[in-house]
Amino acid sequence: MPAVRASELQVVGRRIPKLDAPEKVTGQIAYADDLRMSGLLEGAILRSPHPHARILSIDVAAAERLPGVRAVIHAGNVQQGRFGYGNDNAPLKGDKVRFIGDEVAAVAAVDEEVAKRAIELIHVEYEVLPAVFDPYEALEDSSPSIHDELPDVSGNVSMRWDFDHGDVDAAADRAAVIVEGRYSAPQAAPAPIETHVVIASFTPSGHLTVWSPVHMVFMYRKALADVLGLDWRKITVIQPPVGGSFGGKIDIDTHDFIAVMLAKQARRPVRLAMSREEEFVGTRTRQPIHFRLRTGADAEGNLLFRDAEVVSDNGAYNAWGSHAMLVAMNTITSMYRVPNSRIRCAVVYTNKNYGGSVRGFGNPQATFAVEQQMEELADALGMDPMDLRLRNANQSGDVTPQGMEITSCGLSQCLDIVREQSGWDRRRGKMRDRHRGLGAAAYIHVGGGARIYGSDGCGAIVKVDESGQVTLISGSSELGQGSETALAMIVAEEMGVPIEAVHVVNSNTDIKPWDVGVHASRTTFVAGNAARMAAAAARDKILETAAELLDARASDLRIREGVVEVAEEPDRQIDFGRAVRRRLLREEGSVVMATAFYDPPTHHQDKEYRGNISAAYGFGAHVAEVEVDPGTGMVRLLNLWTAHDVGRAINPMSCEGQIEGGAAMGVGLALSEELVMFDGLIAAPNLHDYGLPTAVDVPRTVVNLVETVDPLGPFGAKGVGEGGIIPPPAAIANAIADATGIRPREYPMRPWKVKHWIDSEERSHVVAGKDSSGHG
Amino acid sequence: MRMGLKINGDDYAREVEPDLTLLSFLRDVLGLTGTKWGCLTGDCGACTVLVEGKPIVSCLQLACQVQGREVTTIEGLETSGGLDEVQAAFVSNGATQCGFCTPGMVMSVEALLRTNPAPDEAEIREALAGNLCRCTGYSKIVDAVLQAAAERHSSTGGSAADVS
Repeated sequence: MPAVRASELQVVGRRIPKLDAPEKVTGQIAYADDLRMSGLLEGAILRSPHPHARILSIDVAAAERLPGVRAVIHAGNVQQGRFGYGNDNAPLKGDKVRFIGDEVAAVAAVDEEVAKRAIELIHVEYEVLPAVFDPYEALEDSSPSIHDELPDVSGNVSMRWDFDHGDVDAAADRAAVIVEGRYSAPQAAPAPIETHVVIASFTPSGHLTVWSPVHMVFMYRKALADVLGLDWRKITVIQPPVGGSFGGKIDIDTHDFIAVMLAKQARRPVRLAMSREEEFVGTRTRQPIHFRLRTGADAEGNLLFRDAEVVSDNGAYNAWGSHAMLVAMNTITSMYRVPNSRIRCAVVYTNKNYGGSVRGFGNPQATFAVEQQMEELADALGMDPMDLRLRNANQSGDVTPQGMEITSCGLSQCLDIVREQSGWDRRRGKMRDRHRGLGAAAYIHVGGGARIYGSDGCGAIVKVDESGQVTLISGSSELGQGSETALAMIVAEEMGVPIEAVHVVNSNTDIKPWDVGVHASRTTFVAGNAARMAAAAARDKILETAAELLDARASDLRIREGVVEVAEEPDRQIDFGRAVRRRLLREEGSVVMATAFYDPPTHHQDKEYRGNISAAYGFGAHVAEVEVDPGTGMVRLLNLWTAHDVGRAINPMSCEGQIEGGAAMGVGLALSEELVMFDGLIAAPNLHDYGLPTAVDVPRTVVNLVETVDPLGPFGAKGVGEGGIIPPPAAIANAIADATGIRPREYPMRPWKVKHWIDSEERSHVVAGKDSSGHG
Repeated sequence: MRMGLKINGDDYAREVEPDLTLLSFLRDVLGLTGTKWGCLTGDCGACTVLVEGKPIVSCLQLACQVQGREVTTIEGLETSGGLDEVQAAFVSNGATQCGFCTPGMVMSVEALLRTNPAPDEAEIREALAGNLCRCTGYSKIVDAVLQAAAERHSSTGGSAADVS
């Protein structure tokens, strides 16, 4: 579609409050746990207390006898298949348990108290097996084998992600400077304020309805059918409003299957609500990733190579977390222009809660390594790190070693903005006497979908009814991020109607057309293009009928505020409702409804991880300013300046909300969030000890929206959902290095760690060339 | 045990178990589901309500402990069918995203503005430190509170000193 100048836009670009905000501020909106239905039973799950054990027997007789119990299920009395990448998982475990929290049995009862009592009455006999928690130990021959039932898995390696481009060894020989180091990211959690809640109900004729805050609803429906042996034509998935996900609720999880099996056995609707402890222990996390990275450059500061050995500690089973390397790899090969790269990555099983798809999906972890090394390299070269970044910045027209085709690209502009606003040139490296420092980090992330399935598409239907009301039925979902409002704005803009005229329906698989789901910052781009196409087709039907009614040519008409008028004679006009009624209320009439399906022009990666998986890429840069207390190691984040290339801000207020919220999560990752474990046991599964940032922990973030007007995005927009979370751990680590001279090797950078680093004076490690930063 | 209390201006009397929390009483007995639960350990603040105008986390309060007292929940804020200043400011400033923390957050703001009608940013952040939000990064919430305070202040025509 043609590019549109900002001055021509009526709706796009305005700060429009989220359409659902009034219902939310009054408490009217009903989340899954607010739904009330007759005969609803409460479910509960019995989880493994052992990190690794063989199940010898399960005795449920006492639980079944408890009054009020309607169903008790375990692997021995249900029909269930396997799921997960490599089919390594089952909803209820019959042979072995592989982490503390693994699902063994479940109960449905008349209320929560009875369900919990029944769980305590289930007796499981275990043979406790040796367990392994460290991924490097899991790789050793002597390690216990976690999935000994899978013939293709050896040495606990579930997947490999190896990549080669150019000749890294030859590039290393030519490099004037090489820096190397280890960088580790911890186990963290999406931790939405609403925990997972699912309700499953069968009609007497066997039709299943599931209410679940999942956001890949069509995949979810198929997985339910495949794993539980159900007919997917008899499954309706309804997504109630989602109380936050951040990837945690993206896809089907064990408790979803369990709720359905309980409902089937009990012949009553069943609700399964995760407690906060279960949310940490039993739902998906952001897995730890460990990097050993080398970066080399010539004397002028041109990057020559990156060489990475990566171990992704994915836990007991392969959910989405096994694929976080897909994104981490993009950053290692394609953040800045890097002519040669080599990655050797093993995804490793350990006896821990396993990884899912959490916002940023591998990118905060990889960026922590890559962007620290940019500043280490600059220091070793005696160059300003911003100059080094700008020298190597990705530009429009680049094709990266993985075949990512960079179209719109505002990276250099973003770097310039945060450099200027933070006073970088005046202040970096000059505040150590006050224990203050500045650090930067940039990112690249998919911003135009991410083709990981056969289709990366989304369907849309736009309907105009006889009152003139416009309804968008979108395949995509709202998670609270504001995509519903952005889509309504795109439709309003395309059709020439006010935003108030557009309703959005997007929560029921019986009604909405297919969509991959909400992930990879794709909704505004992909669902937005689909909505725009359907809106244009519906508008053309209106214009066709209006032309007939106004006795004019369609090309002579224009639409303003929902009224069609003859451009040269604005007095000759009709409204949308009149046009629809004209089509409808006559013999052989018709409705005004248009469908569209948008699938971005992208390619699946080949076996060597090459292919343009996204139709656009998002870029951004952050600068953090910190003050470090050398006595306690406490890091205070004083300022965070951000600039994000969003293509076009459909709704600037929502874009800021995504960036500010993402940045706050990134600050949490950097400074406080971690699932601390001892022998596989999450020590304190609560929000306080986990370290979720509060209003006093996050400073006011400066947000700059850079509009590069993407050629394929709807009105030029690109994805913005994940960018904010990616740079903060790296930017804050770099700021700590500037303030103290020590080089953080892992996050969260909690006070005792920083104190320890200061005391042991760990510094950047330069392995070749001149050494201006000093060995540690 | 039999207990009575006033909620959002209306009198209620119910038979309750002594160990029933105020949160469960509101949600499960009365069906006032605007008050949310996020942790049941007092960490998230999503269940914040006002008892005699003071904010408490209703997951850690037994229903029988508020016998005879006056409770205000999110459902009690709307005035003559419209949004009150705090709710309206949350809408117009983009201070709600997923919305799950919002009812508790709004109640904490109401309590703050009753005791400190013109708070500065640091005071707002301190007052909201018991209400976790995972979506917004808090800045737009702070903006909403500043706006609501200014509007409430100008509509009452008073100064901070008059009210406090």
